[in-house]
Amino acid sequence: MSATASALREPLIDGDKGYARVTEDVCRIAEGTPAPSWYAGLALSSAALLTGVVLVVHQIWTGIGVWGLNKTVGWSWDITNFVFWVGIGHAGTLISAILFLFRQRWRTSINRSAEAMTIFAVMCAGIFPLIHMGRPWLAYWVMPYPNPMGPLWVNFRSPLLWDVFAISTYFTISAVFWFVGLIPDLATMRDRASGLRKTVLSAASLGWDGSHRTWQHYEMVYLLLAGLATPLVVSVHTIVSFDFATSVIPGWHTTIFPPYFVCGAIFSGFAMVLTLMLVARKVVRLEEYITPRHIDAMCKVILLTSMIVGLAYATELFTSWYSANQYEQFAFLNRIRGPYRGYYATMVFCNAVVPQVFWSQRARRSIPLVFCVSLLVNVGMWMERFVIITTSIHRDYLPSSWAMYHPTYVEVGTFLGSFGLFFTAFLIFCRFLPMIAISEVKGVLDYAKPHHGGKHGH
Amino acid sequence: MATELLVGAFATPEALLAAARAARAEGLKVRDAYTPFPVHGMDEALGLPPSWLSKACLAFALTGLSIALGFQYWVSLFDWPMNIGGKAFSASPALLPIAFELTVLFAGLGTVGTLLVSRGLLPGAKPSRGGLGATDAAFLLALEVPAGGPAALKAFLTEHGASRVVEAGGAR
Repeated sequence: MSATASALREPLIDGDKGYARVTEDVCRIAEGTPAPSWYAGLALSSAALLTGVVLVVHQIWTGIGVWGLNKTVGWSWDITNFVFWVGIGHAGTLISAILFLFRQRWRTSINRSAEAMTIFAVMCAGIFPLIHMGRPWLAYWVMPYPNPMGPLWVNFRSPLLWDVFAISTYFTISAVFWFVGLIPDLATMRDRASGLRKTVLSAASLGWDGSHRTWQHYEMVYLLLAGLATPLVVSVHTIVSFDFATSVIPGWHTTIFPPYFVCGAIFSGFAMVLTLMLVARKVVRLEEYITPRHIDAMCKVILLTSMIVGLAYATELFTSWYSANQYEQFAFLNRIRGPYRGYYATMVFCNAVVPQVFWSQRARRSIPLVFCVSLLVNVGMWMERFVIITTSIHRDYLPSSWAMYHPTYVEVGTFLGSFGLFFTAFLIFCRFLPMIAISEVKGVLDYAKPHHGGKHGH
Repeated sequence: MATELLVGAFATPEALLAAARAARAEGLKVRDAYTPFPVHGMDEALGLPPSWLSKACLAFALTGLSIALGFQYWVSLFDWPMNIGGKAFSASPALLPIAFELTVLFAGLGTVGTLLVSRGLLPGAKPSRGGLGATDAAFLLALEVPAGGPAALKAFLTEHGASRVVEAGGAR
């Protein structure tokens, strides 16, 4: 693939690679023996996962009284973690669907792992409301199924039920989107494999042979799924925000929540994508695929969404002042000056102030700095959900029922366990499946060539 | 099916496109092309009509929407009406989130299912043109052998830059 690079476009993939080289580079990760760092990571994450499993069993066995909740604070870490994880998932869909519709072809290097991240994050998110039910073996009660009680149906007008439908649809469509994207790459791996690996990959790749008559329909389906996933992802966090916005609690009852939550979700999700990708590209040597240009582009998305989130913080404050409603005003003054002020200050600092360094291109291209910022954004976005959820309810209308919330070791350990699940699943994904969308990357290898885009404009 | 095929392997998508266009211009029957990624312009080169799956998607979406709305109205109006804050039993805005989610769910699953079934992409299906590298770096063009025999066809493929020409059975 020697070609004169265009003066206008930088290539998306470094190293002037040919098609066979891309196959080799990506497949070797899943075919070879993993590095010691992979085993170390797996040991660490599965230890965290095990801790979580033990604690989840403990709290289901004993009852959720082992949490730090009290009669005033009925939602705290559990729902914070739920919103946190759902939000992280959103970046994967943004990268795979929205950037696809916008013809942002740099997405091809990161969409596969970002989609995997989405699926694992939604799995982590699902755990928390499930435990919070108290009797998770009755979880099927949230579905409208024919039952001998009437039948008694679920309340279709409740935002909590909307959440059930939104999250389960989101998980299903994300998983299907991911699998559809994987089929051609599984076939590529199948054609290199032998033995048991070949048998498994043959079944999973569904007899894919690269026929153009199939490609033609496949591309249509991919486009349709992207078109469906785009409003879906917006609807999911909108509905999550309805859990709060449709209530009458000051600090929750605001119309700004849907766009504010969706932007926050994309913001935190991109931070998590960066955290994962910066480590992964080093560990499995994919620096030529996930290049500084990709990191630069993701930093710009973080900068944009950071400013939208910052604007939302300011708008909330302005609206509570302008409302002249003392309960509303108290809710926000309590956030800023009350006992949880440290959380609020961290939130504003990490989410609205720190990402401003990305105005500088040097900052966007400095890997250690980007990594630190991405970690801080993850922390800040967790704080944001905690601030919204807990500080709005811990000082009730009646000062006699004011209370503080302190998590117990069970909540902390369960949250740790969700990270364990997330990283264990991600490490296993890296080991067995193509981390980079091979067929999509092959399609953008000639991105910088002068002839590209001539007749069939992209 | 016993129609014999000749499969030519090309190194670049451009060479494959040129060969496919030339084959159609010469009146040869192109069975299919096999490529590691979708090659743009191939639809016209093979003379394929636009994919009909967008229509299937719309049908599934409308099915999901009707089921979701129909069921929610049936429950709210007839089977078990509940008085929630004195609102009308038919108050619709609160029914929209679930209607939307099910529309997307049906459309997504239905479209993917239709793709897999209509293209025979099922567990246990055998890929055609195995071993020629179409999932790696080769761009294949499969032409039907005309009555006069494969010799002229072989010459055609080689002339258009095929690095390798293989005979194959015509299944699929």
